[in-house]
Amino acid sequence: MEQKEKLSSKQMLNDLMADHYQSALDAKADGKLVAWATSIAPQELLTTMGINVVYPENQAAAIGARKEAQKFIDHSEGRGYSVDLCSYARVNFGYQQLKKSESQDIPMPDFIYSCSNICHTVLKWYENLAKELNIPLIIFDLPFNHTYDVQDHAAKYMKGQIEEAIKRLETISTKHYGKKVEFDHDKFKAVMEQSNATSQMWKDATMVAKAKPSPLNGFDLFNYMAGIVTNRGTKAGYEVFKAWKEELEAKAAAGLGPWKPGEEEKFRVMWDGIACWPYLGSTYKGLKNNGINMVTSTYPDSWTILYDNGDIEGMAKAYSGIYCNSNLQNGVDRITRIVNEYSLDGIVFHSNRSCKLLDFRQFEQQRQIEEKTGVATVLFDGDQTDPRAFSTEQYNTRIQAFLETLENKKEERRKG
Amino acid sequence: MYFLGVDIGSSSSKAAIIDENKNILVRVARNIGTGTNGPTLVINQALEEVGITRDQINFTVATGYGRVTFTQADKQITEISCHGKGVAHLVPGAHTIIDIGGQDAKVIRLNDKGNVDNFLMNEKCAAGTGRFLEVMARILNCGLEDLSGLAKESTEEIEISNTCTVFAESEVISQLAQGTAKADVAQGANNSITSRVAGLARRIGITPVVVMTGGVAKNDAVVRCMEKQIGYDITVAPDPQTVGALGAALFALETFNKK
Repeated sequence: MEQKEKLSSKQMLNDLMADHYQSALDAKADGKLVAWATSIAPQELLTTMGINVVYPENQAAAIGARKEAQKFIDHSEGRGYSVDLCSYARVNFGYQQLKKSESQDIPMPDFIYSCSNICHTVLKWYENLAKELNIPLIIFDLPFNHTYDVQDHAAKYMKGQIEEAIKRLETISTKHYGKKVEFDHDKFKAVMEQSNATSQMWKDATMVAKAKPSPLNGFDLFNYMAGIVTNRGTKAGYEVFKAWKEELEAKAAAGLGPWKPGEEEKFRVMWDGIACWPYLGSTYKGLKNNGINMVTSTYPDSWTILYDNGDIEGMAKAYSGIYCNSNLQNGVDRITRIVNEYSLDGIVFHSNRSCKLLDFRQFEQQRQIEEKTGVATVLFDGDQTDPRAFSTEQYNTRIQAFLETLENKKEERRKG
Repeated sequence: MYFLGVDIGSSSSKAAIIDENKNILVRVARNIGTGTNGPTLVINQALEEVGITRDQINFTVATGYGRVTFTQADKQITEISCHGKGVAHLVPGAHTIIDIGGQDAKVIRLNDKGNVDNFLMNEKCAAGTGRFLEVMARILNCGLEDLSGLAKESTEEIEISNTCTVFAESEVISQLAQGTAKADVAQGANNSITSRVAGLARRIGITPVVVMTGGVAKNDAVVRCMEKQIGYDITVAPDPQTVGALGAALFALETFNKK
């Protein structure tokens, strides 16, 4: 029998993403339900119902990375949306009107599925979509956790919303297909099991970066992230991360670093905040050319949604307790742990014009983490998708000065 | 032996030459920056004043925004490190440096060894930078160097509330149209720029001795304003505009000795 050549995880990821978008477009063409969802929403319910879902944030990131964001942003601003609004939202509002992108098309939604654990802009952004498109809106309201841990009442509140969403999905599906559609609780359990397994595999793969040197160049993490956003509930997603993990482990075992042989990982840093998608190349090279490897970020944990199978309240807690929705002290402790576990020398903070939630506490977070860990930090201005809010020269100067500080600290440690 | 430091900023070019014993032989500055013949002019002037030629320089370090396009240096080092180096040499015990440059403002924290421990730079825009004062000087129809003297004649405190340089420009024009005295506007501009930069300084944490560098530090009224804002005395580095160039020259010597 002929042996099929083993695909690399990168090829598998490309196939996974192509398939994700194509199957949603096909579903729409076949008259099946399609949802637009926020990036860390309880997809388990949609997956159980067999509803195709696409993630406008993921599409906006792709549009940004392929340098196509400006036309959608211009269109939105022309319609009256403020430049101070999140640029993912402006890209999405533009796409909602123009419906055509060179980078990545998505089908128009039949309903909206929005979860406020990632930020509170999404509440109004997605509500606006539902209103403009005149389609149903399912909202998961997850209040910000001002306490260190998720309180029981918050988890119960979310649990109630999950139960309500199941009923809404049944109603929406029944109406759409003209026949009674029921939520399958056995299938739900299987989906929960798969979602946990895929989350864990994603986490395990990203943790291989703890090796020194790290076999992972963190800008690859930004690519693989598309897979966890869109395929957290699928076996195919699991397989991609498993293959990725095996590749990284093999590299680590061979003592290989993130780049080509001979390109030394001199310093290890983490990235705080969303990527600067329109300037991935500039932000990457600015670090790499100085031997600085971005080993990890807060992304790996954000999609590590783990809970006991069948435990809806546990699931509610997991969605509520993600980094973005946690208080300052919790955030500082998480990053401090990352600094220690990944043996980091420093942190790059992206002061992201779009992201009010992350910027709100960033300065204080930077100050506290620096005090706790003693690592060097640098902050630069940018935006997740708006290309007008970043200057390569300013970025490079900050990164070079950051490098000089890292070198100083290393030299001082060496001298004792 | 001779070591050259060149600091090519957005609005001025500076050069310094030292010998192998860190003696400062010359420091020069001209108010034309990157993209002009400014760097060549200051280097030639510095060489001439010391009485040596270019080929007698043993090592050159370039700094400032123009360092990347300047091809005649042996090494580039950022202005953050160079200001740190220069200040540590000139002002023993310095821990906090406030530098207001043409297109950015920075606050640098030095550790006890005089090395850069941390730094912050202005965000987003020209607010809190020397460019802001340049714009103000233009509206007031005076030279940048005359702003300080003008501000000292201020009798009434006015506030320029816009941090955006372009908005502040229109705000000031309307103030002048309403008859506000030029001196009060000049002092208002000083208050505006220093409050922005003082915010940066407080964020990084202020530890004395606090030193100001950069051309703006020659503006005594700005320095006094800054002292008031941060609540610490400020030492102005001797010949503050050329501190970055001096730091670059010191790095040139250090790098040469390591080789």
